[in-house]
Amino acid sequence: MAVKVLERRPLSFWERTYLPQVLGGLRVTWRNILRPSVTLQYPEQRPTIPKGYRGVPTLVRDPNGREKCVSCQLCEFICPPKAIRITPGEIPATAETAHVEKAPKEFEINMLRCIYCGLCQEVCPEEAIWLQNQYSMTGTTRAEMVNNKARLYELGGTLPDSHFKWDHKKAESERQAGGHH
Amino acid sequence: MVTDNKPSLVALNVDGVEYQVSAGANLVDALASIGKEVPHYCYHPKLTVAGNCRMCLVELGSPLRDRATNELVMENGKPKIGWQPKPAIACATNVSPGLHVRLDSPTVKACREGVTEMLLLNHPLDCPICDQAGECKLQEFSAEYGRGYSRYVDEKNAKPKHTKLGPRVTLDDERCILCSRCVRFCNEVAKDPVLGFVNRGSYNTLTCFPGRELTNNYSLNTVDICPVGALTSTDFRFKMRVWFLKQTSSICTESSTGVNTTVWSREGKIYRITPRRNDAVNDTWMSDSGREILREVDAAHRITAPQVRGAAADLESALTTAGEILRAGAVGVVGSGHQTIEEQRLLTHFTQATQAKAYVPARAGSADGLLISEDRTPNFRGALLAGLTNRAADRDLSVLKADIDAGRVRTLLVCREDVTTLGLDATTLAKVRMVYLGLHNDATAKAAEVVLPALSVFERSGHFVNCQFRVQSFVRAIPGPVGTLPDVAILARLLGSVTGQPAAFDADSLWKDLAAKQPALADLSPSKVPSDGVIVDGSAWANLSFPEGKLLKFAPATKA
Repeated sequence: MAVKVLERRPLSFWERTYLPQVLGGLRVTWRNILRPSVTLQYPEQRPTIPKGYRGVPTLVRDPNGREKCVSCQLCEFICPPKAIRITPGEIPATAETAHVEKAPKEFEINMLRCIYCGLCQEVCPEEAIWLQNQYSMTGTTRAEMVNNKARLYELGGTLPDSHFKWDHKKAESERQAGGHH
Repeated sequence: MVTDNKPSLVALNVDGVEYQVSAGANLVDALASIGKEVPHYCYHPKLTVAGNCRMCLVELGSPLRDRATNELVMENGKPKIGWQPKPAIACATNVSPGLHVRLDSPTVKACREGVTEMLLLNHPLDCPICDQAGECKLQEFSAEYGRGYSRYVDEKNAKPKHTKLGPRVTLDDERCILCSRCVRFCNEVAKDPVLGFVNRGSYNTLTCFPGRELTNNYSLNTVDICPVGALTSTDFRFKMRVWFLKQTSSICTESSTGVNTTVWSREGKIYRITPRRNDAVNDTWMSDSGREILREVDAAHRITAPQVRGAAADLESALTTAGEILRAGAVGVVGSGHQTIEEQRLLTHFTQATQAKAYVPARAGSADGLLISEDRTPNFRGALLAGLTNRAADRDLSVLKADIDAGRVRTLLVCREDVTTLGLDATTLAKVRMVYLGLHNDATAKAAEVVLPALSVFERSGHFVNCQFRVQSFVRAIPGPVGTLPDVAILARLLGSVTGQPAAFDADSLWKDLAAKQPALADLSPSKVPSDGVIVDGSAWANLSFPEGKLLKFAPATKA
């Protein structure tokens, strides 16, 4: 194979002293030393989370403490990395929310699989799953990185509700109870 | 006289395009046969026409004829079509020659939208908790013809949400669209009229007659035919969404009827079994007891691992021990109508190799004249075709007992039959060394020296031959327990251990062998068995007395 040798331009005197490069670097350093700091002392300091941030997916309760999830499994269906696993269950007839009929027996989100895409929140017909501000998930075992139902409700807490769909439904069925006419 | 079995075809004009459909067919079915869907709720091909949902309204017309001359009235060189002034329901229309149908006209679309809006007036819209979601006709047609929001300003009706109609069926009245399919099914097919409507107008409610319950053994078919989520299976309720479930074609093993089924499973767990339409066997129905067979898979008394003399063993050593036992000679073989024809063929080779006598016991039960026959095995006819036996099923194993007592049988290979319930008591079994290929940890398993785990119908593939001599295939839906082999593989190993030659157990070579040896199966192979099965010639056994009486689609041959 033919080799073409390129002639390199010889260094000038100042280039050989290296001083212009040192001074150029120091100029950047001094300029930034005098500017206000842009780094955060994480974890002592925490960033402000912008509105609409997609953090760790969580399950939420309505202001009356009712668990909103009815285990329709749409999030499990749409989840691209298959991080969600739901075991559906029936609400016992004696419970306060028996009229909702269905709730998850177990709800697991594997945070090693989750890609924080937010499709679960988008698809949820009951507004029960929310990607909230929590962004830091750590663990030392794989099992620790799977959020179960209790943990998801602990992370999620309560969010305001504008519909109270099921409460309304219950009130209406009680109003109409005893038949018509 | 030679008659043409093909139904005669007539021209049907759909939206200006001419199609050929069978004459006299119901218009909904005829349009389905050419790939045109007419939305409908109350119409069911196997029930009488009620015509109450009004979803299948279409515009109908026919070529006009001159009253005086009876000549076709022509317009621009084409016959002029006289369209009926109002839409008519397709389900109550039979195809007549020259019938013209409009499916995509503004009127038809307006009809469908109107019906959909009316049905959704009081609908609870609880799809997230409704088990029908994903296979719900109301959901599908609402997506196509619904307006997406409601103009209804009043409060929706509240109706009972979980009424127990019977031991297996739960009713959600709010979701009911009053199509009356379930009522007609109970009246016409199950012949157990217990369902009816009470109250009027928007208070119209489905209920059982006072003091009655939906207890018949076909009650879960009402759940299958319910176009919405009103009737739900108490067992399947809230267990799993249907879109996660994988559907596998299977055959019900409850009796020799050979009901075609669909097994719905997810990740190795079966959630439900539903009937699969086969107009020559079971229409679109199956029994409730047949759906219970899925419990077999996870039953507590299931044999999941091989045992040698009562201790758990690995399959390899169990097969070696079984081979040693069976090489001892004076072998008796108990085959089963629960085996596939492939397994029965291998067992036939085994009996020939060991000069054994084969016994195929009957599993008799009471029939219901519909889909459960007297022979409670799915494949006794297969044992005939495979050459395992050539006589009617033994009522019990008294012949085998006599052979054992006389010392003619000293080793026994038992397949899928609990022989202790068939007349072999513990003292008789104590005289033989037994290898048991079985499903359940029953008394036979306890008496056997080697127990080999068999697979359930859901865990293996094969073919059954039903009472009509119809060869039907079924496919593995879920994997078997860890460390098990399909029954054919185990039988091939046992055969190999007595012949010293490895035996092939793949479907192709078994079927080549079957086709070569059995004239009735000549030219047949698994790939030639269609989804609704194929009838083979069973006239060679016409003189045997089979137990089956009249069924929904089967009548016993009348002896000349």
